[in-house]
Amino acid sequence: MKIDLTETTSSKINNALVQARRDIGTPAIGMVLTLVIVTDEENAYDALKSANDASHEHPSRIIVVIKRVSRTPRSRRDARLDAEVRVGSDSGTGETVVLRLHGELVDHAQSVVLPLLLPDAPVVVWWPEASPSDLAGDPLGALGQRRITDTYAAEDPIGELSARAAAYAPGDTDLSWTRITPWRSMLAAALDQQAVQVTSAVVEGEDENPSCELLAMWLADRLQVPVHRSRSQGPGLTAVRLETADGAVVLDRADGLLANLSMPGQPDRAVALKRRDTAELLAEELRRLDPDNTYEASVKFGVERLAAQARQATAAAAPAASGAAAEEATAAEAAAEDADSSDAASSEAAAEDAAKPAAPARKAARAASKKAVSK
Amino acid sequence: MSVNGANPLRDAQDRRLPRIAGPSGLVIFGVTGDLSRKKLMPAVYDLANRGLLPPGFSLIGFARREWEHEDFAQEVYEAVKQHSRTPFREEVWQQLVQGCRFVQGDFDDDTAFETLKATIEELDKQQGTGGNFAFYLSVPPKFFPQVVQQLKKHGLAEKAGSWRRAVIEKPFGHNLESAQELNQIVHEVFPRDEVFRIDHYLGKETVQNILALRFANTMFEPIWNRSYVDHVQITMAEDIGIGGRAGYYDGIGAARDVIQNHLLQLLALTAMEEPGSFHPKALVAEKLKVLAAVELPEDLGKHTVRGQYSGAWQGGEKVVGYLEEDGIDPNSKTDTYAAIRLEINNRRWAGVPFYLRTGKRLGRRVTEIAVIFKRAPYLPFESGATEELGQNALVIRVQPDEGITVRFGSKVPGTSMEVRDVTMDFAYGESFTESSPEAYERLILDVLLGDANLFPRHQEVELSWNILDPIEKYWDEHGKPAQYPAGTWGPVEADEMLSRDGRSWRRP
Repeated sequence: MKIDLTETTSSKINNALVQARRDIGTPAIGMVLTLVIVTDEENAYDALKSANDASHEHPSRIIVVIKRVSRTPRSRRDARLDAEVRVGSDSGTGETVVLRLHGELVDHAQSVVLPLLLPDAPVVVWWPEASPSDLAGDPLGALGQRRITDTYAAEDPIGELSARAAAYAPGDTDLSWTRITPWRSMLAAALDQQAVQVTSAVVEGEDENPSCELLAMWLADRLQVPVHRSRSQGPGLTAVRLETADGAVVLDRADGLLANLSMPGQPDRAVALKRRDTAELLAEELRRLDPDNTYEASVKFGVERLAAQARQATAAAAPAASGAAAEEATAAEAAAEDADSSDAASSEAAAEDAAKPAAPARKAARAASKKAVSK
Repeated sequence: MSVNGANPLRDAQDRRLPRIAGPSGLVIFGVTGDLSRKKLMPAVYDLANRGLLPPGFSLIGFARREWEHEDFAQEVYEAVKQHSRTPFREEVWQQLVQGCRFVQGDFDDDTAFETLKATIEELDKQQGTGGNFAFYLSVPPKFFPQVVQQLKKHGLAEKAGSWRRAVIEKPFGHNLESAQELNQIVHEVFPRDEVFRIDHYLGKETVQNILALRFANTMFEPIWNRSYVDHVQITMAEDIGIGGRAGYYDGIGAARDVIQNHLLQLLALTAMEEPGSFHPKALVAEKLKVLAAVELPEDLGKHTVRGQYSGAWQGGEKVVGYLEEDGIDPNSKTDTYAAIRLEINNRRWAGVPFYLRTGKRLGRRVTEIAVIFKRAPYLPFESGATEELGQNALVIRVQPDEGITVRFGSKVPGTSMEVRDVTMDFAYGESFTESSPEAYERLILDVLLGDANLFPRHQEVELSWNILDPIEKYWDEHGKPAQYPAGTWGPVEADEMLSRDGRSWRRP
């Protein structure tokens, strides 16, 4: 059932929701959260479709906030709210409200959304593409416990990652991080099988894919070793290599579907690692609504620091290196250069700054982990 | 465990990472059976699809059928395509099929078990299963002793540095004595902690939710006792007859088939005290306490009822009675319906009857636990205003349409004060995923992880037989089953049994 409302208000929309539920005869509602999607006309359709698919796992009230572009001064002055209420079979398993904001109202979206939130249920705000730089400080973002962005869809994904780290507030999360959950769980499972000391790591993937950086930063943060970021043609992430004293643990996915896991002293094994669509990512994201501390630690590790550590490690290893190791080193150097090229002077300095405190911190962490082992 | 502690990629705060089983494989005996095709193989695929199986996970089928590995893989493929819960994906299948093997043979065939051993060793090399294997005995119980003995004889039941586990399905014996015998046979070969008894009800989300409902909330526990609860009804009804299971069912009956395991487990979860933690030992200790406190009624004739369905029209179909089913002795005294009244002797429950009933060819397929509360001690309304008000109730719907219903009184809109029963519903399908995992997925994963929480221990099995044996003995010696038309809610005698206590059965 679909109700169109033009030049309307939040309270009229609320009435329409109640009316629509009555008309289809299901006044009881079992929705578990409100999902606010902030987008433009162009991307609204795909985002809503993904959200509706995800609502099969998480029945929710979906509020799509579409900010219409005003092209004339007159239309900018003319603030107007149009809405479309969808209930029942037209709307996944919950309810959908599509809001179209015109004119000045574009800047006051939270005034429309606030009365439409489900009582006493968590609120998740999702920006499928462009997102404000300070999520928690954004008026719409402030309504949510959980704020989801997608740096993969940004103009400058790697720069965006640094911005996310700088403005991080508990509850922020990013779909580029969600994308690597299967990789992370497979790598963790691999290290469950063999208690080995990882000495260095390589993450290989396509350019401009923030998932690769996030995975590399997660590894660098958890393992306390230099992690090289090398480039490939994709699709997405293509390989992770953890060097240990006995040989390398390699998870290699060339086709975006089926990966190969090889570990020292063990036969190679196939592992299904399919690239997932947005609906699946969103469904995973909605499963937990508490702050993701692991994401925080990883994103705050810093892209520059990652590159600087990798560069230092290669510099130390370079004189002795030969063959494959040298190849890797060049790849890592290229990676480091890439990271610097955007703003060479400042990020160079930042990298040094980041590297200095990192060394003692690493020592402390090692000592701590040794303690944990001896227990 | 120590390995997990040392893994720097594991972090308790990182709750996105799922529990993946370590390197391991599963051997299914009786792989050509229905259970294996409809439940086990699809569950293995669904686990793989959800990324919860270790890389290199291997599946070995053992059966009499003359199959090659490819035929077996084809069989698994078809079973998965037809019955799996999650969508079929080629790359997941590719991962799985690499570890699929078939061993042909009878259970008394020594060479077959040698082949099995060789296959396991080969998989350890090719797939890196690390010698960790679970043996799933999806075979009739009379073969249990033979299979476990064969496993012992060929050195398959243990391997240094890795685990070997046995998974067995109900029935766990048909009385206390046979259950003890079975336990002894299995425990002789496998250590107690490595034997997993499957009661698939315990793998269901709704059943696990009983614990969440009771122990994660504050609003239910204060009234969860004899001061507020009038009685509890636990029902498991099936609308089907015995189908092709005549050989198994006759002589066993509804009480042994269902009450002994499923219903007494549900009773234990509903009535147990709060465990100190969810450690398997803590949980099992509480369940054992409550099962040991169960007391049978003095007069078994008055407080237990058994029945047999007779031919009738059921839901638009004409069905035959139990005694006319193929392969059933026309003089059979086997019960297809059983209802019993139990009490629990402890401070929380003394004097609160627990009514358990189960049956085949009943009104519809439903399993539920209904906690019926006492009436308000005083009603300040005019007489007549509360005529239509029943007792408050909280119903845990285990299947189908999983959820929880609360029934309470509410004023009927209008000028006069009139109170009538209304229900408030929580449906799993509405508030959570449409696709909660199948019970077998959860249980197989737990076997591979070695987590014994959702599996009844041998003491629980023995205590349940302790409860049921006197009833079965009484039934053997007195009278015969009451008849009830197929498609109804059981014999009149069952209604009389409750009306003697001033109560009545809920229509589920």
